[in-house]
Amino acid sequence: MPGKPDNVTKTERREPVTLLEAISEGLFEEMERDERVFLMGEDIGVYGGAFKVTRGFLDHFGEERVIDTPISESGFTGAAAGAAHMGLRPVVEMQFMDFISPAYDVITNYIATSLYRGSGPLPLVIRGPVGGGIRGGPFHSQNVEMAFFHTPGLKIVYPSTAYDAKGLVKAAIRDDNPVIIEEHKGLYRAPFLREVLPEDDYIVPMGEAKVVREGTGLTVVTYGMMVHRSVDAAAVLEEEDGFEVEVLDLRTLSPLDDAAIVASVKKTGRLLVVHEDTRTGGIAGEIAMRVSEKAFEWLDAPMLRVTAIDAPVPYAGALEDYFLPQIDDIVTAARYLAAY
Amino acid sequence: MPATDSADGTALVAGLTKTQLHELYFVLVRVRATEERLELLHTQGQISGGVYRSLGQEAGSVGAGYALNRRADGTGDIIAPTVRAFGALFLMGGEPLDLFRQYLARGTGPTGGKDADVHWVDYQRGLVGPISPLGTMVGVMAGITLSFRLKGEPRVGLVFCGDEVTSTGAWHEGLNFAAAQRCPMVLMVEANQWASSTQTRKNTRLESFTQKAAGYGLHAESVDGTDVLEVCEGTKRAVDRARGGEGAGMVEMRYYRRKGHVQHDNQEYVDPAELKAWEERDPIKRFGERLLSEGWATQDALEALSARAEDEVRMAADQAADEPTPEGVHALDAVYTDRGAKTPWTRLETPDPIQA
Repeated sequence: MPGKPDNVTKTERREPVTLLEAISEGLFEEMERDERVFLMGEDIGVYGGAFKVTRGFLDHFGEERVIDTPISESGFTGAAAGAAHMGLRPVVEMQFMDFISPAYDVITNYIATSLYRGSGPLPLVIRGPVGGGIRGGPFHSQNVEMAFFHTPGLKIVYPSTAYDAKGLVKAAIRDDNPVIIEEHKGLYRAPFLREVLPEDDYIVPMGEAKVVREGTGLTVVTYGMMVHRSVDAAAVLEEEDGFEVEVLDLRTLSPLDDAAIVASVKKTGRLLVVHEDTRTGGIAGEIAMRVSEKAFEWLDAPMLRVTAIDAPVPYAGALEDYFLPQIDDIVTAARYLAAY
Repeated sequence: MPATDSADGTALVAGLTKTQLHELYFVLVRVRATEERLELLHTQGQISGGVYRSLGQEAGSVGAGYALNRRADGTGDIIAPTVRAFGALFLMGGEPLDLFRQYLARGTGPTGGKDADVHWVDYQRGLVGPISPLGTMVGVMAGITLSFRLKGEPRVGLVFCGDEVTSTGAWHEGLNFAAAQRCPMVLMVEANQWASSTQTRKNTRLESFTQKAAGYGLHAESVDGTDVLEVCEGTKRAVDRARGGEGAGMVEMRYYRRKGHVQHDNQEYVDPAELKAWEERDPIKRFGERLLSEGWATQDALEALSARAEDEVRMAADQAADEPTPEGVHALDAVYTDRGAKTPWTRLETPDPIQA
């Protein structure tokens, strides 16, 4: 077996890693730890995947554990379910998460219902790049969480840092439930996310949000790329308005960390949900309803949301910038709530 | 093929001994008796979901199931049946009692009332529960049998499908995956000439589904689905090839769906003359006559097998009917391995967001 590829040994060498390298390390370490873990996806072998997450994996683990598939998301996702029934722990890569839609049937009808139907748990992971801002156009930029958030039986995680990405990948692979991991391609190689990770075999438990910035005036609940945009907005608000914003990174979308959301809202009395996904049927609606059920009396203002507009993701830069939530949008909404 | 039993020694036909031929006949009549009992229960209003008959197709699932290496310890072959493939289900060790529990939505059934009919699992015995969008099962079985190849297990998976699922994308994707990955999988196409109320020939230009197999490089053959021995031998050949490393294959079983798609379908769209012609080729009648004419069974022996099947089925149905339906609260169970569904809070307490 050839040695480890250099893209998965940076932590060993105490070098900082990008979010993408953190995912590679997470996958690699789980494959080394547990021989039942194997990968399937398009061009993940020799090519190492469209974004090179699995570069070097084929040489190290061989073609029985790094399987290049035909372009057939329905077929190989179904195959992942079958292999999981037989005791393996497949990790499926969608080349772009936009292409998960052909597998919607098998994911929602078969995989998500398996345990409930008495067909046993399905420990499998479906992961891949999501998100806009990279001028990828309508079919390489989507966020897919809400297509699956509605389906009981699935877990969904969406990391925003290298640390969380590695820890959530490892947690997802070890979980006995099917897990979808959304990886924002705009964060994959973002220089500001490079960090030196712990050497120990840590996981980030699913279902736990994290306060990434403390504040008393307003709670911003967010995830993914928008965590960073919200933190930037919070800095503006602190500097220009003296207004303290708390930013809660959900990290896991399903199950939602209700307790963390409610605790923060009770502390600040104001809620703004920020997500990159489109507006109607977005997760903000669900979060607002849960806060209404559990913390209505603590609210000092209406709950608002800043989201992408209800449109396909446009290609041209000016259009996509208009489509996506920007720092100014968050600042504007926060100021409205502060003054309410 | 099942091992030759020592009691009555020699194989008479298709490598089968007299005892085995009688077992085949027994499973055939057991399937029919089960379905007739289900129809009765449905007529009585005891079954809320659909009842799907396999009248005229029984030899397909029975012959196919009999060609497998059947074990109860998780080391044998595995099947994903359709709702018209009870025969294979029974042969793998599925019990009529559990089938009645499933249809009657009893809490004692394999899925506790959460799912219906043949949708249940017993991995030890090699049973995979299908879901209603059946094209999905081709990919799932591709993955199951991929695991056999990866682990070096000498096991084969059979996945059943009807005519019309061969038009779905999932079917094609799963089949191509299985072919490309040399999965030891055999697809059993139940070519019963109908897709619900639409004739198969209106949905495809092909004469035979084996032509679709050729498109993916599968080995394939077409058998007379009303002849239990022909199905058994054809399946055995396909299973042997898959087990021997030749990869995925297909067996097309040609027959005719002599009942409506589902119990309440009155078949008004069917030419009665066509039905009559296929009645003449009834698989149980054909096999019974063959057993008698060859001297492999007596009329008394066949009648005794039928009576035993009737008795067993009636007792199983009665027992299932006496068992309780599940408590509603179990709807919350087993959505995730580590938690159930969220309880609607109004079920537990008076809505009071102020106090929440």
